[in-house]
Amino acid sequence: MIVDHLVIKVGMADLKVVIGRDEILKTTGLGSCVGVILFDPTIRVAGMAHIMLPTSSIARDGVVNIAKYADTAIPDMLEQMISLGANKGRLVAKLAGGAQMFAFSGTSDTMRIGPRNVETCKEILNNLRIPIHAEDTGANFGRTIEFHCSTGMLLIRSVQQGVKEI
Amino acid sequence: MDPLKQLAEFQLDVLKEVGNIGAGHAATALSKMLNKPVDMKIPQVNILPFEEITNSLGGSEEVVIAIFLRVVGEAPGNMFFILTQESAKKLLANMAGIEIEQEGAYSEMEISALQEIGNILVGSYLSSLADFTHLSLQPTVPSLAIDMAGAILSYGLIQFGEMGDHALLIDTKFLEGDHEVEGHFFFIPDPESFETIFRSLGVPFE
Repeated sequence: MIVDHLVIKVGMADLKVVIGRDEILKTTGLGSCVGVILFDPTIRVAGMAHIMLPTSSIARDGVVNIAKYADTAIPDMLEQMISLGANKGRLVAKLAGGAQMFAFSGTSDTMRIGPRNVETCKEILNNLRIPIHAEDTGANFGRTIEFHCSTGMLLIRSVQQGVKEI
Repeated sequence: MDPLKQLAEFQLDVLKEVGNIGAGHAATALSKMLNKPVDMKIPQVNILPFEEITNSLGGSEEVVIAIFLRVVGEAPGNMFFILTQESAKKLLANMAGIEIEQEGAYSEMEISALQEIGNILVGSYLSSLADFTHLSLQPTVPSLAIDMAGAILSYGLIQFGEMGDHALLIDTKFLEGDHEVEGHFFFIPDPESFETIFRSLGVPFE
């Protein structure tokens, strides 16, 4: 049987929440950005955020795009999921991305943005008491990720390492 | 309000000229290396939403070869020289006489040749820019990556990410004589560098 998967694209500095059956949440070309997935396996409510920066406190624009920052995207995604019926106690998280795309001798904070994004996401999830079930973070390569709502599987595609499921 | 949207038409023209001069010198350097004429397209100055920055490269997942350097000094920014895999192959064959046997896999020798070509090109782009603007601009050591265009270019947008959801790119495409090699220069000045660049060229900027 051919299952017609519906692919929902999550852009850069964007987040999407779905009540899933066969839906696939997908975001492409994660470099230093981090893809955060929250999932309630019982009712299959899933959310994916493509996060660019750790905290909105560094924002210099008046109007903040909440999906861009870890400290605003994750709580917002959680709230949207709860309003769709997700139970916070059942949620699990998966993380991918946060690479250091280029090697530099002088590593200023801005240049270390990938690892900083990952650290901040983990801290926030930890504070929310959401367990991280799997992650593929860091290193120096880009990733495209697909979250399969039917199985809770996260597929990671990269140029250097091929396809991986977590 | 995104401060980029307030740039006037003539200011964008000035940035085009910046791209023209930088890439023009780099194209001359390349032409000397190849001993072949190298053509250059008129630079595009685009203010794009982050989502669209990889469009001219064939999309976020397109695998490209990128040389990246950070410009430090009076007008900091990010600079990329980007080649498609096909073009990199031809560039190596034309210049170094290296035939790539395996698609997508590069030997150490091929990587270091590409790195060297990239270094020379971005270096000449930057030094002509510094001459033209009379600004003190220094490159960091260039770094090479072969990866998805989205993953690579998004790295150059961090400074813009703190300001808005758009980035200003000065994109210059060059073509080697028989149109075999296509490469892109992306110069992404940090948001606060525009004022410095405009002032150094005597362009009004409030």
